[in-house]
Amino acid sequence: MAKQNQSGIGASVLRKEDRRFITGSGTYTDDIHVVGQTYAAFARSLWARARIDAVPTDGVAKLPGVIAVLTGTDMEADGLGSLPCGWLVKSKDGSDMQQPAHPPLAHTNLNYVGEAFAVVVAESQQQAAKAARALEQQVQITELAPVVSLEAAAGSPAIHEELLNNLSYDWEIGDKTATEDAFSNATHVCELEISNNRLIPNAMEPRAAIAEYSKGSGEFTIHSTSQNPHLLRLILAAFVQLAPEHKVRVIAPDVGGGFGSKIFVYTEEVAVAWAAKRLLRPVRWTATRSESFLTDAHGRDHITKARLALDGKGKFLGLHVSTKANLGAYLSTFASSVPTFLYGTLMAGQYRTPAIYVEVQGTFTNTCPVDAYRGAGRPEATFVVERLVETAARQLALDPAEIRRRNFIRPDQFPYETPVALVYDTGNYKKSLDKALKLANYAGFELRRREAEKRGKRRGIGLSCYIEACGLAPSQLALNLGAGVALWESAEIRVNPTGSVSVFTGSHSHGQGHETTFAQVVSQKLGVPFDQIEVIHGDTGRIDFGLGTYGSRSIAVGGSALIRAGDKIIAKGKRIAAHLLGAPPEDIDFKEGVFSAPTSNQSLTFAEVAFAAYVPNNVPTDEVEPGLAEKAFYDPQNFTYPAGTHISEVEIDPETGCIEIIAFVAVDDFGEVINPMIVEGQVHGGLTQGIGQALLEHGIYDEHGQLLTGSYMDYCMPRADDLPNYVVDTTVTPCTHNPLGVKGCGEAGAIGAPAAVINAVCQAAGVRDISMPTTSEKVWRAMQGKRRG
Amino acid sequence: MASHARKKKGLVHMNEFVYEQATSARDAARRQRASRNAKYLAGGQTLIPSIKQELDAPSKLVDLSSAGLDHIAHAKNVISIGAMTCHADVHVSEEVRKVIPALSDLAGGIGDAQVRNRGTIGGSIANSDPAADYPAALLALQAMIHTNQRKIPADQYFLGLFQTALKPGELITKIDFAIPSACAYVKFPNPASRYAIVGVFAARFNLNTRIGVTGASHCAFRWIEAESHGPDVKDLSNVSLNVANFNSDLHASATYRAHLVRVMTLRALSQL
Repeated sequence: MAKQNQSGIGASVLRKEDRRFITGSGTYTDDIHVVGQTYAAFARSLWARARIDAVPTDGVAKLPGVIAVLTGTDMEADGLGSLPCGWLVKSKDGSDMQQPAHPPLAHTNLNYVGEAFAVVVAESQQQAAKAARALEQQVQITELAPVVSLEAAAGSPAIHEELLNNLSYDWEIGDKTATEDAFSNATHVCELEISNNRLIPNAMEPRAAIAEYSKGSGEFTIHSTSQNPHLLRLILAAFVQLAPEHKVRVIAPDVGGGFGSKIFVYTEEVAVAWAAKRLLRPVRWTATRSESFLTDAHGRDHITKARLALDGKGKFLGLHVSTKANLGAYLSTFASSVPTFLYGTLMAGQYRTPAIYVEVQGTFTNTCPVDAYRGAGRPEATFVVERLVETAARQLALDPAEIRRRNFIRPDQFPYETPVALVYDTGNYKKSLDKALKLANYAGFELRRREAEKRGKRRGIGLSCYIEACGLAPSQLALNLGAGVALWESAEIRVNPTGSVSVFTGSHSHGQGHETTFAQVVSQKLGVPFDQIEVIHGDTGRIDFGLGTYGSRSIAVGGSALIRAGDKIIAKGKRIAAHLLGAPPEDIDFKEGVFSAPTSNQSLTFAEVAFAAYVPNNVPTDEVEPGLAEKAFYDPQNFTYPAGTHISEVEIDPETGCIEIIAFVAVDDFGEVINPMIVEGQVHGGLTQGIGQALLEHGIYDEHGQLLTGSYMDYCMPRADDLPNYVVDTTVTPCTHNPLGVKGCGEAGAIGAPAAVINAVCQAAGVRDISMPTTSEKVWRAMQGKRRG
Repeated sequence: MASHARKKKGLVHMNEFVYEQATSARDAARRQRASRNAKYLAGGQTLIPSIKQELDAPSKLVDLSSAGLDHIAHAKNVISIGAMTCHADVHVSEEVRKVIPALSDLAGGIGDAQVRNRGTIGGSIANSDPAADYPAALLALQAMIHTNQRKIPADQYFLGLFQTALKPGELITKIDFAIPSACAYVKFPNPASRYAIVGVFAARFNLNTRIGVTGASHCAFRWIEAESHGPDVKDLSNVSLNVANFNSDLHASATYRAHLVRVMTLRALSQL
């Protein structure tokens, strides 16, 4: 694409938003204070499973500063509805998934530690917290035996009444018979039992909400840390029945990270809005870090049996995957889709595996609900495929790079329809692999391994050739698959009379840098200077509608909507220019911000045309309406398919089992790149979360359902000194079906990294398999076992 | 039907207490004695979180930050460190670095910069967290713990999990460390908290070697059985190690800790 515009597409422009973020001038939800505000604190279950016998509120209500103590029973009496799950998954037998009621405040049963059953509103945060804690001590309950183990959940008592085997659904995709045939014809079978460890999201900014209710107008204004404020409004209106949609304004101001955890609709924003109306005072709440650990929807948590069938030359014949996915105690907003349509559909990976069958049992346990977390299903799928492929290569004594080359979908085979319902539009997997191998000096590994051995260290190198489906989502396909909402995106470009531009997007930035990237797109499209463009997002009062940001969708869907809106602006601009230049509209050229009529020598700047649109001197308004503002709703025709190769090189200290990541190379094909600096940052962040999953992070409940890793003392977040200097590069096969040729980059690192790291660790430790996170003790024990064996 | 009461962890909230600043050790002791359940406040790195989590609810905090206990002095064979000296000051002290470099390294490896600027040596050893770094150094460096009442040799000071020889109200004023001819501290940090899963401080004094171990057991201890070995030892696997009170948690089993004690000790000895 053109490079003339130094702030346009392809330029590593510094991020507009960083000035306010790094000087403490951002406005986060907790920074917003309103007159008359009160503080909410939630009384939460201390038990993994219990029946509520009574919630005695009288004593707590008399504590200093307490304004109200509202329980789940009060909320139910006010007619507020259940929190819905927005994606209907069907079981093998065609039946709908089981979706137990999920009241925002529990009133009959408590099903995980941290589940809220009452909200205390007080004059200060401390008073509210003190009263909420007192209520936790006073609530009368009957403790029930919790179901904590995913493995044992099927044979345990039903968490939700009449729910057989604690299953929400028993889902399948692919051709079972063809897959079984593939195994009967196989020369080799590679089998692994894989667990995908539970992760806790840990956004830097905890969840928060402030709700105001106007008695006069009946309108709610809710500030909330949401990745998709319009969806929150829709659910509050249509499902929770808080108020009609037009009476609710949701604003997600600056939001400090989400990683998926802020997509969902939670108890707290419902409760503060409801309380604000009941009390006729604004109500605010900000999670403590402990509440974040206990109640932000967790990620991953699968147990999988997977088998790969191969012929004598290492060609893949079939893949069979059987997974138990932990859903936690309730179905969170998109929980059902993550281990199914965002997981099973990715099992072809980058390969021509002809027969694939995937079955997934979505299972309830007495733990925090599990939902989308950076990558959402796709990291789990990549881990299954890439662990199997690498293990098979070692089993067959093939170079892991070579076995992949033999099975890659070739560039001439696109569009490629997989056996699991996706059609990849484009890709060049060998190109990314070759580039990554070169950057990692794969050929020189053996020398490095020997050198390390002399120092008493064990070296390993591991590959991961991941694919993901991003740009969520083609609406018709998503709706056919059970989505409860379409997944297009909206954009509005308002050209101001002076030629500056206000851009409104339904995407939401919570760290991704949309205010910069989207401004670059518009700058390129309209030739308007970058600093004359303001990107506005996260406010249902200012933006028509939007589906928000997740699934690496913003640039592919939201950015494409901008291009469509830009097309309309240019078309109208040409009609205005035509009048001013005295030429027919079809003869007007628009290039780099200048309208010109080739037949004459005249031209007009974009700003001149904008001014004429609002001050239509010489423009007949019966032919061209005044003003210059256009909207577009862009619905993608397909998913986008970012793919690439990640290579990790590790060294193990056999005396302690400590792993050091020596090098990490990521070569990603994101299609066209708008801002390479931001993309590199996204890759770094994703890789760090992927490495965190592989080596460090683990959400652990004990047998009583108490969260053992409820703080940073025990939940290990990756830090700079755990990580290598990343080598990041890209290849480019432009997406074929969106106007920017972009695919999305937000999740790739978290998707590709875990398998690359574990493949390297297995080689270094000399073991076939090891579970995540590979703590030093686990590695040490595995190597001890090997020595003895 | 059962009614349950369980302590909730983690919500940030503090009970009310009286706060006073002491101007000397004597003044501090007087103020502490004056109230039931009054506590000394050193750097507050353990005490404040404990109060926030309602694991502790003192009626009064006597702040020692102006009590004149913040100093480092080098005399003949001793480095003397005031109880209120923060880890960062020990870390950057020229004197400490010159004569006991491993102690400087140890201080520089505690927590993060914020913790090192607040946390104090006196607070650390008064608390006797089983995973704290300093106790290993005190044992290996024949430290003498001076209080407002007496002197306690390090060997007689660490008694158990958060248990020390300090009597109620007794206040640590300074710690004297003997200057070794060589020393090393090798730490195997908990990857999450960065506390010591195992930390081994080895120090040589002429012909004697002393080994202090922290993190592994309910409190820091000397591994006397290994002290007869010199820097050239290659294997400690047959040296007896009392694992009766070894810690076992999410991050490391007792077996793994015992193994790490041997490995870290070898590494520390090899640096002498």
